[in-house]
Amino acid sequence: MNCIIIDDEVAARAIVRKLCSNLPNIDVIEEFDNAIEAIKFLNHQDIDIVFLDIHMPGFSGVDFVQTLKSPPKIVLTTSDTQFGIAAYEYECIVDYLVKPITLERFEKCIQKVKNTLVQQPKNSPERTEETSVGEDLYINIDRRLIKLKFHEILVIEAKGDYIDIKTEKEGFRVHNTLKKIKEKLPDKLFLQIHRSYIINFTKIIDIEDNSVLIEKNVVPISRSNRPELMRRLNLL
Amino acid sequence: MTEQPNLEYINQLSGDDMDFKQQFITILKEEFPLEKEVYYDHVENARLKQTADIVHKIKHKFNILGLHNSYEVAVRYEKELLEGRTNSETEFKSILKKVETYLDII
Repeated sequence: MNCIIIDDEVAARAIVRKLCSNLPNIDVIEEFDNAIEAIKFLNHQDIDIVFLDIHMPGFSGVDFVQTLKSPPKIVLTTSDTQFGIAAYEYECIVDYLVKPITLERFEKCIQKVKNTLVQQPKNSPERTEETSVGEDLYINIDRRLIKLKFHEILVIEAKGDYIDIKTEKEGFRVHNTLKKIKEKLPDKLFLQIHRSYIINFTKIIDIEDNSVLIEKNVVPISRSNRPELMRRLNLL
Repeated sequence: MTEQPNLEYINQLSGDDMDFKQQFITILKEEFPLEKEVYYDHVENARLKQTADIVHKIKHKFNILGLHNSYEVAVRYEKELLEGRTNSETEFKSILKKVETYLDII
């Protein structure tokens, strides 16, 4: 399991790092003395656990939890006990460690985190759907059912009574409608951006005013679908 | 009997890892005086909220050094500061002095 440590106190970070080193399969990837830097880091890195000091001046641990869109599992570390009840208001918070943390208590915490991760495997809604197993679509081509993995689909285009499905490897023409295939696709991955086009949202390379680039495909954006596209973007 | 700072927790944490123990003590020796300085600066300028914040941070070190009664004093003092009072200031300062002396000799 990968983890990061967020605490404004050097000694506190050293303790958590040491406790992690005493247990197998826990790697401390990074440590931060403030939550804002950690948020920037988490925008680019998947992490299993965040050890988070709840009481930090300026931007607190609670601010941190509220800011993250898809938070990893969080273990609070704090010198106080009164934050405990509030902490469990957030589903992502798995445990609550009162400083100074003992190895025995830390081991229990890690077991708790592991149990939670087992109960919530990586294809759960909180995780990215892109790599989940078993999420696929069968299409009928010449009486053969061909399996397409959702994450391999790039663009789907309506062509009269047919739809063209472009994947990373090849293209397929299927006798069906855009409306029907849309019902079979996960909303978190796919978005209709034009009456004739559905795109895999995660495959976008860039967006210009009225078009989206997905690999080598330039796909038009209709005016009516543009607001939803913009809403879904993680804009800086 | 007045409690004295000790390395019980640090020894438990370190186990046989003497390098870590030494590194950790160095961290305490470096970090504590800085926090103490910040504390006195906030006190002198009557910044109660900031004083409460730094007391909160310092109190963790009391626990690390086995000063559990002192930790309770810090908890009380932090609460007082947030309520605009400073009743436990003298007691807290004497604990700071005790910790400073201890960190000088280990």
